[in-house]
Amino acid sequence: MDLTYTVLIPLIPLFVFLLLGLNYKRIKEPVSGYIGTTGLLITALMSFYTAFQYFFNYGKAGGVYQKIYAFNTEWIHFTDTLHIDMGILLDPISAVMLIVVPLISLMVHFYSIGYMHKEPGFTRFYAYLSLFTFSMLGLVLSTNLFQIYIFWEMVGVSSYLLIGYYFEKPSAILAAKKAFIVTRFADFGFLVGILMVSYYAKTFDFKILTDLSFIENLKMQSGIFMGLSVMTWALIFIFIGGAGKSAMFPLHIWLPDAMEGPTPVSALIHAATMVVAGVFLVARLFPAFYFFDDGFALNVVAWVGAFTTLFAAVIAITQNDIKRVLAFSTMSQIGYMMLALGVSGFEGHEGLGFMAGMFHLFTHAMFKALLFLGAGAIIHAVHSNYMQDMGGLRKYMPITNITFLLAALAISGIPPLAGFFSKDEILAAAFENNMPVFIIGYIVAGMTAFYMFRLYYRIFWWNNPDYEHKPHEAPATMTIPLVILALMTILSGFIPFAEFVSPDGAGFHSHIDWSLASASIIIGVAGILLATIFYKKESELPTRFVRAFGRVHKWAFNKFYIDEIYFFITKTIIFKYISGSFAWFDRQVVDGTMNGIGNGTVWISSKIKGLQSGKIQDYAMFFISGVLALIMVAWLLFN
Amino acid sequence: MIFGVSIYEILTVSTIIFFIGIYGFVTRKNLIAMLMSVELILNAGALNFVVINKYLFPDALGGVIFSLFIIAVAAAETALALAIIINLYRLIMSLKTDDLETMKF
Amino acid sequence: MERIIFYIISVLMITFAVMAVSNRNLMRSIIYLLFVLLGTAAIYFMIEFYFLGAVQLTVYAGGIIVLYVNSVMLVEKINNPLPEVNSKRRLLAGIISTAGAALTITAILSYNFVHIAESKATETNIDKVGKALLNYGDKGYILPFEVISILLLAAMAGAIAIAKTNKLKKNNESK
Repeated sequence: MDLTYTVLIPLIPLFVFLLLGLNYKRIKEPVSGYIGTTGLLITALMSFYTAFQYFFNYGKAGGVYQKIYAFNTEWIHFTDTLHIDMGILLDPISAVMLIVVPLISLMVHFYSIGYMHKEPGFTRFYAYLSLFTFSMLGLVLSTNLFQIYIFWEMVGVSSYLLIGYYFEKPSAILAAKKAFIVTRFADFGFLVGILMVSYYAKTFDFKILTDLSFIENLKMQSGIFMGLSVMTWALIFIFIGGAGKSAMFPLHIWLPDAMEGPTPVSALIHAATMVVAGVFLVARLFPAFYFFDDGFALNVVAWVGAFTTLFAAVIAITQNDIKRVLAFSTMSQIGYMMLALGVSGFEGHEGLGFMAGMFHLFTHAMFKALLFLGAGAIIHAVHSNYMQDMGGLRKYMPITNITFLLAALAISGIPPLAGFFSKDEILAAAFENNMPVFIIGYIVAGMTAFYMFRLYYRIFWWNNPDYEHKPHEAPATMTIPLVILALMTILSGFIPFAEFVSPDGAGFHSHIDWSLASASIIIGVAGILLATIFYKKESELPTRFVRAFGRVHKWAFNKFYIDEIYFFITKTIIFKYISGSFAWFDRQVVDGTMNGIGNGTVWISSKIKGLQSGKIQDYAMFFISGVLALIMVAWLLFN
Repeated sequence: MIFGVSIYEILTVSTIIFFIGIYGFVTRKNLIAMLMSVELILNAGALNFVVINKYLFPDALGGVIFSLFIIAVAAAETALALAIIINLYRLIMSLKTDDLETMKF
Repeated sequence: MERIIFYIISVLMITFAVMAVSNRNLMRSIIYLLFVLLGTAAIYFMIEFYFLGAVQLTVYAGGIIVLYVNSVMLVEKINNPLPEVNSKRRLLAGIISTAGAALTITAILSYNFVHIAESKATETNIDKVGKALLNYGDKGYILPFEVISILLLAAMAGAIAIAKTNKLKKNNESK
């Protein structure tokens, strides 16, 4: 069958971006929203159709899901094996992303018509959203490492543009710069990894890089560096890039600040799609991660994920800005996904972790987008990001209340909501393969339930402050996406994900291990109950506990001072001592040489300019002297 | 041809006058005086032409005719230069070379 | 006899030349220059170029010197001595001139000129010069002659134009 039409999936948002971006002064507020949403609707329908066709029609060959090049064209040719292509790759994980990205993006487009109402630069916002959607679709559909790198940077740029959307606000500009620089810094690792891969594996192509016999061959050939094969190092470098995008410790510092962007942007980019690009990248190269050096790189992934999930959960408990709580929750959940990938095996049921990671990516995209959009509706109503200004909102905003509650239950892992299934499978995979990681994951599950319900109660229950403007339910354009996403949150858990997504493509039957599941339900419920005791009604209890934890709370509240450490390293050590000495060298030695040449010329010319006295007689004298000297020389030479 | 006088002696005399002209050109501080030195130089040159014509190529007329031309050119040059000098004098009321330094660095 | 006269003329020419370039009274310098030019004319006569000698006397010693005298009288006060030239410059110029003269004379004396004995048939007179100037044949000089005539015309026009610049300007302004 002809799959060339899939090229249109990323190209339609690009076209919309060009249309809105080039005419952004001519196309006025509601129209640009309609154009963007319509364009994305077409893309989404095509994506769903493609994903459906892939999963149920042509994707499988001999019981195994194949990697299909729907479209591929050579762009830059280096050698016969090493060339940069541009193309569309269809396989289970990209098909999953083909559902996630356009769906969330469509919801956000729709939601923003209401949320961004009467904002200056409405058209600009939609242009950026389309650019982002184009980049993200290009990223998930990439056929090779280099193409994914290009789109990787493009999502970085669109993220930068959207975080800095309120460019009159200094904090937004700083946040945008921070996000761009930190991820860019991580992407340097990615680039190094790509170059190493291109040198040792001599190909960028995903189909070849994930081919088992190719990996076996490469294992024999590739060199050893510090006890690890070079390919492992390359994969670790690539993972640094992924960690930067996915806000893994210690490259997470940009994500909380990225909440300066409009809330729909946070929902789309910083919760559901772009930040999971790192997970996607690891999943994309999963066979390579798994087979080189017996999965050393994969272990790194698992531990970084496990640490980040705990770290972020601790911070999330202490934060007061609701978007920041959600940001740290996102970090924590992405850590979960990384952890799941890290503990995964390869064949058959062993691939549970991989499948669970992708499953969690899918379900998390739904309920986290829902949480963010709900938070957006709340912020829209209360005009504040801080919990202290909220409380008792359940009476004013019933739809938001229910959808938010559903999402909070989902993320806490309460059956039968989506989060339960994916989280349970992650824990099961960790339990089978890596006990310490499982323990961390288990604790974090409880903490997640606690901080989510702290957030929920604090917003919708607690006390009932006197609002200056009475909060009101959001308009239909905002509530409809909430309802749709809530439906997805309820239903998506029942998808037999393991049938479709597995590391080897064959699929397997997953079943719920109820002994483990009940344990995770128990800790989730425990977290919820604890939060209920603390926060359902206004009380002194939280303050007392804060005082009891004292310093620990202060550390966590200040995000363990990671930002300050970065500041210290960059400002004090790098800028002052390293850059300072370079600057000294540049100013004194390099500039000094140049200035010396210039000053020397001026000095010499000031000494000899008297020769040009303006008097003909002097010139005549020089001329005659010169002629005489020449004659004498000639005479001496030739006589 | 002067009886008993060789070409060397006459050329020596013209050379000496030529370099006296150069000396004057370099040292004089007045434009008219400098022009006079130029006349000396021209004169020495013309004398050389004539003498070489007479002593070495008595059948030819080139030297004589060139001398005539030199005299004509010198006359033209003097007339023009003096016109310029007078005009300059009207402008700056001076003919001292020290006052004419606009070509200075 | 002729040799003695030549030497006397030579000595006089050199002496007057030196005085012409070193005297601080401009009018006197011009007169000394006149003597040098007269000496040159005398040498022309001695080597039997009578026409050339006559031109030298009339154009040079007559016309040009008169021109000098007139312009000096127009621009300088006759009694004003010329400014003193500093001795350093004089010394430098003297050294250069002396060295140049020495070099040239050495070169001349060390060169072997081939003398050709004069024959009566090659006597140069005004008739021959005139024919050569107007001859466009093999040994004719008609082209330089015409060029010189145009040069003189141009010089005359130029001299008038330059000397009268101010008046022309005034005329233009009044228009």
